[in-house]
Amino acid sequence: MTNKETVEDPEKEKRKIKSVKKMKEIMTNYYIEAKTADQTGKKIAWITSGGPVEPLIAMDVIPVYPENHGAMIGASKMGVDLCEKSEEMGYSRDLCSYARTDIACSPINGGPIGGLPKPDMLICCNNICGTVLKWYEIQARYYDVPLFILDTPFCHTEFSIEAKEYVKKQINEYLKFLEMVCDKQFDYDRMKQVGQLSLKGQRLWQAVLDTTVHQPAPMSAFDAFFHLALIVTLRGTQIVVDYYSSLLDEMRERITSGISAVHNEKHRLLWDNIPIWYRTRWLSEKFASHDACLVADTYTSAWCSSLKYINEGNFLDTMADGYTKIYLNLGVDKMAEHVIEMIDKYNANGIVMHSNRSCKPYSFGQYDILKIVKEKRDIPALVIEADMVDERSFSESQIETRIDAFMEVLKARK
Amino acid sequence: MEILNLFREIANNPNDYVKTWKEENNGKVMGYFCSYTPEEILFAAGALPFRIFGTGGNISMADAHLQAYSCSLVRGALEDTLSGKLNFLDGIIFPHTCDSIQRLSDIWRLNIGFGFHMDVVLPVKLNTDSAREYMVNVLKKFKQRFEKELCCEITNENLKASVEKYNRIRTCLKKIYEIKRENPDIISSSNIYAVVKASMVMDRNVLLEKLPRVLDLLEDKKSEVKYTGKRLILAGGICNFPDIYQIIEDSGGAIVWDDTCTGSRYFEGTIDPNGDIIESIAQRYFERHVCPAKHSGLFNRGEHIVRIVKENNAQGVVFLFLKFCDPHAFDYPYIKEMLDKEGIPSMLFEMEDLLSSEGQLKTRCEAFLETL
Ligand code: SF4
Ligand code: SF4
Repeated sequence: MTNKETVEDPEKEKRKIKSVKKMKEIMTNYYIEAKTADQTGKKIAWITSGGPVEPLIAMDVIPVYPENHGAMIGASKMGVDLCEKSEEMGYSRDLCSYARTDIACSPINGGPIGGLPKPDMLICCNNICGTVLKWYEIQARYYDVPLFILDTPFCHTEFSIEAKEYVKKQINEYLKFLEMVCDKQFDYDRMKQVGQLSLKGQRLWQAVLDTTVHQPAPMSAFDAFFHLALIVTLRGTQIVVDYYSSLLDEMRERITSGISAVHNEKHRLLWDNIPIWYRTRWLSEKFASHDACLVADTYTSAWCSSLKYINEGNFLDTMADGYTKIYLNLGVDKMAEHVIEMIDKYNANGIVMHSNRSCKPYSFGQYDILKIVKEKRDIPALVIEADMVDERSFSESQIETRIDAFMEVLKARK
Repeated sequence: MEILNLFREIANNPNDYVKTWKEENNGKVMGYFCSYTPEEILFAAGALPFRIFGTGGNISMADAHLQAYSCSLVRGALEDTLSGKLNFLDGIIFPHTCDSIQRLSDIWRLNIGFGFHMDVVLPVKLNTDSAREYMVNVLKKFKQRFEKELCCEITNENLKASVEKYNRIRTCLKKIYEIKRENPDIISSSNIYAVVKASMVMDRNVLLEKLPRVLDLLEDKKSEVKYTGKRLILAGGICNFPDIYQIIEDSGGAIVWDDTCTGSRYFEGTIDPNGDIIESIAQRYFERHVCPAKHSGLFNRGEHIVRIVKENNAQGVVFLFLKFCDPHAFDYPYIKEMLDKEGIPSMLFEMEDLLSSEGQLKTRCEAFLETL
């Protein structure tokens, strides 16, 4: 924070979300705890963002998320350097930049927090992509620790009975795996509580995201990108529940006192795909300068998509559905349906898609989603070509021109 | 040599071949991707399994659906179908492999109006009991659905006959490879490539008559003269660039074995025709060395490649990937490291399309072969 900003704009100060400070503290403590696990004797598991974390919490294992690490690397603008390192290691520049930067961090303890703590085990769930499988194989070779793969068959048009059986069996295998690595019995009672907390956290997070249904929106997708970290990393703990409760209060409070994310909100946009981490502020200001607020996104809501399928009283048994039928594991037409629901719910009048070179399963199919959306809802769309972490794929002038042109179209429609 | 010309012709013009076949036989043509398609089931139903390679060249229509950072196989195949080149297909089959193919299947399903569409969502793990059970269930369901689509019944006898024929096809292809590695001079790699590629598209009954004739031809030519060029292994995914073989051979090398899905991954392993055939088909996938989009242990591909280098007395490995191919690009550094440890030199070539790559490949190849 520079002085200039504080002096210049009290308006902006008012708009700042106060909970941010608390959130930063929680994340700092979380990483300190994880990095000192060798002193407390706790085990560390690296797990994919869409992976079933609840059993880990029930076993007192600290979950660590390389993808969250990737996002931090991107946000702290350390991506290019680490991407180049991974290229020196032989990894192609066309691979996912979360994976590349994480792999490059390992041997040098690189990145904003001096590397992630060494894992005792790796938990890979391929419900988001095939990249994580390769990435975790690489890390399993590097750290020489056990790897558990939860294979959640892709649902082009259905989650078949046989696929469901297969995932259910693997959840049992997962618990056995944990018992083996942790050398203790799985605690089913504790699991019940963790399951409840997880659902509570997800509901609260969804409630926070839903406050933007209000016009003007009290927060934007850029705020959601920041506050997302907890539902990803600490899902299943009381901390998440407490934090999102207070964040929800703050949002309601903002609505009552008329504080909006964007001053003079005139255009409400929907964002698709992973944030461009090194440019979130620039993009946020750019859109705000056009009186546009990104009121919702397909990314941060993905962590609540299992709410529909998971049964509170029977978390373990319904986990197969919850973890298989997530957004990225569905066919393009289903994704389009979801996008349309969001457009209606949040009353969006434009859509911004980040065509993300890093993430093929998220980006391939976007054009078809747009086609379907345009057929059903007549709203303008903008596609931004970039990468979530690797700044070399970001062309500011080009993107700026495209945003300006897109906003002209929107303004002309009003 | 006439027999080789037949294969070359089909390999160069698979679409024309299959159109004629369809007219003459009034048969069904099933397009498929990837060596994880249970072709034996298609063939048992009397259909012709037709592997899709993507003809390459100019992409215009596919651009409306796929970003430029998808591999040339995926974009090329979509271009072919959108531009009507594949209108003869009665159906299309997508086994689940990489993220790109996964989304191509969605895009195909939503945009291509002809033929029926089937996804075969196989497990990603090929080393656990629950995955095997799942695979068997998927294949059984696949068979049922296929019967329904074609309004036919696939009897056990049909299936048995089909896998027996496939076993013979695969054994023949393997023998051709074995002769080539003993006598790299007697048949060019581009001819071998033509034989393998044609094998994935032509009438399998005809193929079964023709393949032994290739073998006879090679047996006749066998000689005791020792090969003096450089012996190489080719490793990668789909290879749809016949000119590459020419380039390697012109630089003084020969491919004596490979680990590609248009090569050994296609023909390795036979299927037990006794017992539950669907289980036997699954068994082959579990035993065969994996493609990098599947998981079966952490070192298994690296070890396999080191092993084939040694078994075939090769001096080096040429990695050939399509640009934007994630599974192969992720595996490359560790396999290279394993090769380095064994003192086996390797070179990597990423192809976007042949036209822009040819000159570069030539220079790189020559330089690499000189170091061996
Ligand atoms: S960004 Fe995409 S490819 Fe990378 S790990 Fe996430 S889902 Fe997978
Ligand atoms: S070449 Fe690679 S990216 Fe392309 S379809 Fe094959 S495995 Fe997928």
